[in-house]
Amino acid sequence: MPYPEELKRLIKVVESTRVERVERKKKNEEVPFMSLEERHDILKYHPDFIEEGRRELKVGPNKGYRIAHEMADILEAKSRVDPAKIDLSKIDYETDVLVIGGGGAGTAAALLAQENGSKVIIATKLRHGDANTMMAEGGIQAATKGHKDSPYFHYLDVMGGGHFKNKPELVETLVTKAPDVIKWLESLGCNFSKFPDGTLKTIHGGGTCRKRMHFAADITGAEMMRTVRDEARNRNKDIAVIEFSPAVELILNEHGHCAGAVLYNLETEEYLVVKAKAVVMATGGCGRLHVQGFMTTNHYGATADGIVLGYRAGVKVCFLHTVQYHPTGIVFPEQAEGILITEKFRGSGANLVNIDGRQFVNEREPRDVEASAIIRECIERNKGIPTPTGKRGIWLDSPMIDMLSGTGTVQREFPGKYILYKRFGIDIAKEPMLIYPTLHYQNGGLEFTSDGATELPGLFLGGEVGGGTHGENRLMGNSLLDIMVYGRIAGKSAADYVRTKAQNGKLSLEHVIKYNQEVDEAGVGNGRIAPMLLPDYTTPEIKAKQLTARYEGTIR
Amino acid sequence: MSTTEVAVKTEIEAKLIPIYIMGKKYEVPETLTIMKAIEYAGYKYIRGCGCRGGVCGACSTVYRKPGDYKIHVGLACQTVVEPEMYLTQIPFYPAIRSTYDFTRLSGQAEEIFEIYPELFRCVACNACTKVCPMDVQVMDYIAALKQGDIKKAAELSFDCIQCGLCASRCMGELPQYHIAQLARRLNGAHLTPPAEHLKTMVANIEASRFNDGLTKLKAMDTETLKKTYQEREMEPATAGEDWTPKDNQYL
Repeated sequence: MPYPEELKRLIKVVESTRVERVERKKKNEEVPFMSLEERHDILKYHPDFIEEGRRELKVGPNKGYRIAHEMADILEAKSRVDPAKIDLSKIDYETDVLVIGGGGAGTAAALLAQENGSKVIIATKLRHGDANTMMAEGGIQAATKGHKDSPYFHYLDVMGGGHFKNKPELVETLVTKAPDVIKWLESLGCNFSKFPDGTLKTIHGGGTCRKRMHFAADITGAEMMRTVRDEARNRNKDIAVIEFSPAVELILNEHGHCAGAVLYNLETEEYLVVKAKAVVMATGGCGRLHVQGFMTTNHYGATADGIVLGYRAGVKVCFLHTVQYHPTGIVFPEQAEGILITEKFRGSGANLVNIDGRQFVNEREPRDVEASAIIRECIERNKGIPTPTGKRGIWLDSPMIDMLSGTGTVQREFPGKYILYKRFGIDIAKEPMLIYPTLHYQNGGLEFTSDGATELPGLFLGGEVGGGTHGENRLMGNSLLDIMVYGRIAGKSAADYVRTKAQNGKLSLEHVIKYNQEVDEAGVGNGRIAPMLLPDYTTPEIKAKQLTARYEGTIR
Repeated sequence: MSTTEVAVKTEIEAKLIPIYIMGKKYEVPETLTIMKAIEYAGYKYIRGCGCRGGVCGACSTVYRKPGDYKIHVGLACQTVVEPEMYLTQIPFYPAIRSTYDFTRLSGQAEEIFEIYPELFRCVACNACTKVCPMDVQVMDYIAALKQGDIKKAAELSFDCIQCGLCASRCMGELPQYHIAQLARRLNGAHLTPPAEHLKTMVANIEASRFNDGLTKLKAMDTETLKKTYQEREMEPATAGEDWTPKDNQYL
């Protein structure tokens, strides 16, 4: 729906200050970046710092660690299926490498595992490619322009964004492998935006000191995903894909090595046994847990399954106490609520503006700082813009981009969002967007090392399911990078492991039985089961009438 | 600001309108998207729902409206319900995808003709373009390919989300979206100049050019690292491609 009259009146206020703000931008007179102290102070408005929002874990290898209730709920839960009922002597699928998750990290892992001699199965919950990768819009960071940038500066930016808590080895690998990832994608035919001579276009992102954000218009993730997926499909002799079949448990063997997984066919409701010589976990993030009730940008299946499976098998988690809220999610029109507005809008010059038409923060601060500033502006300073559905938002002044870079820039550089808003009767080249922070990224995850390995032999991981690379806060453009760098590494490491270290042995789910006991003994399960697999949006009214329906967790 | 996607919470006040999901009538709030309306009606998605953000192509929907002969299309996650709309989702459509060894291709039009000879079965009826929920000019990119213009086809098909609706309506039985994927890959790999600066950087990294700087950073105590971070030189937002920093010690 178009903006109602009341909002149109408020847009006039934004327009009244726009020319002056554009002039300042042209002269490089920016709102100063916050000092580290100012950043520290403003973070108290960040949802991560709300103590009532979290609790101490009572089970598993991180007992005592305080994380969000929604995350604790799925870790303090029992298995979906009684492990004793699963006949591990009947193998449904056997392969060298099992990749769990069909997004960017999983697909990159599959390609590299295949190139290194492995037969691969990708098991995925939805369709191959239905993943947050597909939704990532803004870009992928890499220091590719040697006349002004290098992995040294990329490293500094990543550490600063992560509050200097990141694991240095993981960051080093991320930034030094970054250019090679872009080159690999280019060779696979990924259409990055380029100048006519082939020079890659790059822009700033929040927290970058050099313009190193590469992009493919405003659908960078989709372009990357469909390219690597297409390549995986070409290799279908070696890479099989099993869709709508999420993993619900890892399988170990008598040596204590990871040796496969139990899949659940969502359509036939069968549990299936996959025996593998190595497993790559690439299940992505947790947005659909709706931490602290926040709306999310994440896809339908982002329920942190890999964290649950790995944790039960004894792999520790780290940095899960922080969750990233993307500063700019759509808050109006209501039907597009939660949808991400890429940081590239801000990188291209659009200010964040309050109800008085004033810019209150530099639009290129790291995400947690930016989100906190927006929340403070709306809640403490009461300078937010009220929406027709009773929420509050902040203006993202997209028309500035056309004024800075020429008429038509918004439509050309942001075709996806331009069309989306056009359908609602809003022209974002002429009217600003109304935004609010939205749950976006799981900064933490399972512990792993820079070779993609976990402490569980035979289990490797890549992408958002792993923690440590981004410390307490990820910068824009480093998640598409992460999935490709660590997806590729995990795939290669898994294939190497298959050739040199994997040992055959009797399969076992003993660790699940023990974990279930631990949950019982701690008295914390409350009848919950995990992994969640899919969220449940059935209304209470409907549920009250589903008299013979049976829900296993959130799944009917 | 605390809201999940439970539709009823914010929509309780909205007016209810009738829609027909696969022919069956449900009353749903008029402000919902088709996807939320289907969930509101009591369905639980397994197929037909992916990113919920308009880019994955899982939720393509076809519908008709009373008194209108035309078939309408939209993504369920992006399209708002209308009174009396009569809809079904098409979560999957069987289309033939050819496999090919990408490393052996060089970006010649003949390669596409060979991999997808059905290209020439297109009768230019334009049903594909009409059914595209992303407003991609499907017939036009197929026409460009018939003329051997891969670059044009890659550009015209760039917004394709590969939902498969074009193939579902095609009387020539073309798998348009798969053909377009091949065109885009050929364009990216062969018809666009490679980035020279990228090759140089990868070579420099392989030659360990940045190892000393990174080793230094990794060994730094947090306070020194913070100081180095805060003092790093910022490329101005409006700087051009040729901007260079004052300090080039770590380049």
